[in-house]
Amino acid sequence: MKNQKRWVLWFFLSPVLLWLVLLIVLPQIDLLTMSFHVENDDGRMVWSFANYLTFFQEPIYWLTFVRTAVYSILVTFLTFIIALPIAFYITKVAAPKFQGFLMMLLLLPFWVSELVRVYGWMILLRESGVINHFLIKLGLLNKPVEMLYNDATMIMGLVYTSMLFMVIPIVSVLESLDNSLIEAAYDLGADMWSILVKIIIPHAIPGIVSGSIVVFMLTLGNYLTPNLMGGKNSLWFTEQIYNQFIASFNWNQGAAFGFLLLVLSSLVIWIGLKLTKQNLKKVVQ
Amino acid sequence: MQIDLAVKNVTKKFKDFIAVNNVSFEVPDGSFFSILGPSGCGKTTLLRMIAGLTEPTEGAIEIRGESMLGIAPNKRPVNLIFQHLALFPMMNVAENIAFGLRRRRENKTAIKTKVQKILERVDLAGFGQKKTDQLSGGQRQRVAIARCLVLEPTVLLLDEPLGALDLKLREQMKVELKKLQAKVGTTFVYITHDQSEALVMSDHVAVMNQGVYEQIDTPQNLYSNPKTPFVARFVGDNNSWCGRIRECQDDNAEIETDEGAVFRTKIRKPLPPGAAVDLFLRPEAMLIQPDASLSALNRFEVVVKDILFDGANSRLLAHPPNTDTELLIALPQNRQYDYIKKDDKIEIGWDAQSGVCFPHTHGKRKKSEKQEIA
Ligand SMILES: Nc1ncnc2c1ncn2[C@@H]1O[C@H](COP(=O)(O)OP(=O)(O)O)[C@@H](O)[C@H]1O
Ligand SMILES: [Mg+2]
Repeated sequence: MKNQKRWVLWFFLSPVLLWLVLLIVLPQIDLLTMSFHVENDDGRMVWSFANYLTFFQEPIYWLTFVRTAVYSILVTFLTFIIALPIAFYITKVAAPKFQGFLMMLLLLPFWVSELVRVYGWMILLRESGVINHFLIKLGLLNKPVEMLYNDATMIMGLVYTSMLFMVIPIVSVLESLDNSLIEAAYDLGADMWSILVKIIIPHAIPGIVSGSIVVFMLTLGNYLTPNLMGGKNSLWFTEQIYNQFIASFNWNQGAAFGFLLLVLSSLVIWIGLKLTKQNLKKVVQ
Repeated sequence: MQIDLAVKNVTKKFKDFIAVNNVSFEVPDGSFFSILGPSGCGKTTLLRMIAGLTEPTEGAIEIRGESMLGIAPNKRPVNLIFQHLALFPMMNVAENIAFGLRRRRENKTAIKTKVQKILERVDLAGFGQKKTDQLSGGQRQRVAIARCLVLEPTVLLLDEPLGALDLKLREQMKVELKKLQAKVGTTFVYITHDQSEALVMSDHVAVMNQGVYEQIDTPQNLYSNPKTPFVARFVGDNNSWCGRIRECQDDNAEIETDEGAVFRTKIRKPLPPGAAVDLFLRPEAMLIQPDASLSALNRFEVVVKDILFDGANSRLLAHPPNTDTELLIALPQNRQYDYIKKDDKIEIGWDAQSGVCFPHTHGKRKKSEKQEIA
């Protein structure tokens, strides 16, 4: 009886395990071993830390790395700052019949692929783009300015791309926030700021953390938006990885970079969870 | 006597729907004032206007003589205990209670002593570090009260705070709340749909129906001297007859019920013979098998349909022969009436002074109202 039960369990678990092992664990192990190999003078692969050493010795690599990390945190934070009022408006202020409509508006940009979305922004912002055209027509500018290819535009693009993934988890936690808690706080003498800090954010923290994790990971691993909107001076670490794999054909170096990125995102998320006193199990629920 | 709270001609409309209609009342300092009415009659709306969470459409609200119009809830000297308490689940008991004091930026040690004191006052000493979900219903209740009382509001507003408790605890909390109010001396405005809560605890009760006030009075007067048929039906149990005036002199009238019985009763306002009236009579005003020497009584016969035993509150369910009017008759549990059995025919007598008579209002609603709110 007990044996049979176990057998059934394995039967249903095996596709999941297979998927985990074949598609995630095996390639990762392969990449990991690859990252510790270099080609020696005879053209043979030997074990070495050289790939990781290169990263620390070449400033361009670790500078891009740090930049990517800092900007991803900044994007996550900005997304949160913008998403919280939006989520609050949708759940607590808007009339119930508009809530669906507002969620729809949020979803709408995601019906087209990221590539199309980014090109949309480019059409608006480039030197010969729609916004420049109107500003000149209105006489506010006398010659067009290039709004693309700088850090601010790139960050805006990344925030825009991430917005939905922050708003949805916050909306779902705010829906469970009893309005009378807000009213009770107000009645007990709290101003808007203390209501936000003492009631709304503590209640919404699981949603905020899970939204932040998703947004941070998506931003860190984004390739298209920084590449297209960021221009030459705003390198993203994924571009370095791409360059190693595709341009330099140095898979070993690329694998090492990939692992560094993985370590970075795990580390930042771990610190984030510790700081907000959340645990991963609670947040992914 | 100082007036703590004055509500003057307050009206609240939600689009076309009038939730509170031209309500006025005054609550003196230190008293326990209740607003009693069936669900949906606008009680919560009225309380929220006093707390400042909703603005009245018309009218004025004054606290200690100061107009509260346009003053935000966090600036008003009133606190509200919500229907579902609204304790902050992200804080422990002590933090919940300290919340208001912290917002006033009082210093830490003062806050600590105040919290300690109020916890003792509501018999929750030592519960400060507990989470709110570790408390029983009655304890949560007291935390909610402490959280407001610690701010020493001029007026404490309570929105059916006992509604969620079970019967036994509710009975107990009724007495405790009344004692607490007497001890702290804060003015309480208490709303409920439960007439027994209102009658037991209050100095004054306002009976509200569909957004308007029917009567504001002491519990005793509401019970013995209802001013409107609604109050007569809503406060306490009542039997009612429909009938017509046969003869009327000052506040004494002789009426004939639709079933043909003739009763003498007092009447609030003289009415011409033939006018349709509603007559109300409390179950305990009816005497079972009264002594023959009591000649002034109205007398009639009933058939016992059922004996509703409920300890001190036992009743006979009866009806006059050949009619289907149901009457509730108080059955004192002093063993004197143990002989009464189902289907017995007994004589009932009542004094003209204990009946109340009103001009007939359209529609015969009888007991159904009370069942709706239960
Ligand atoms: N925000 C609102 N919008 C529209 N109607 C409301 C609103 N709040 C209350 N009402 C209506 O006002 C009436 C009185 O409600 P309420 O004051 O909550 O009654 P009570 O507390 O006496 O049960 C109800 O019929 C309710 O539907
Ligand atoms: Mg209510």
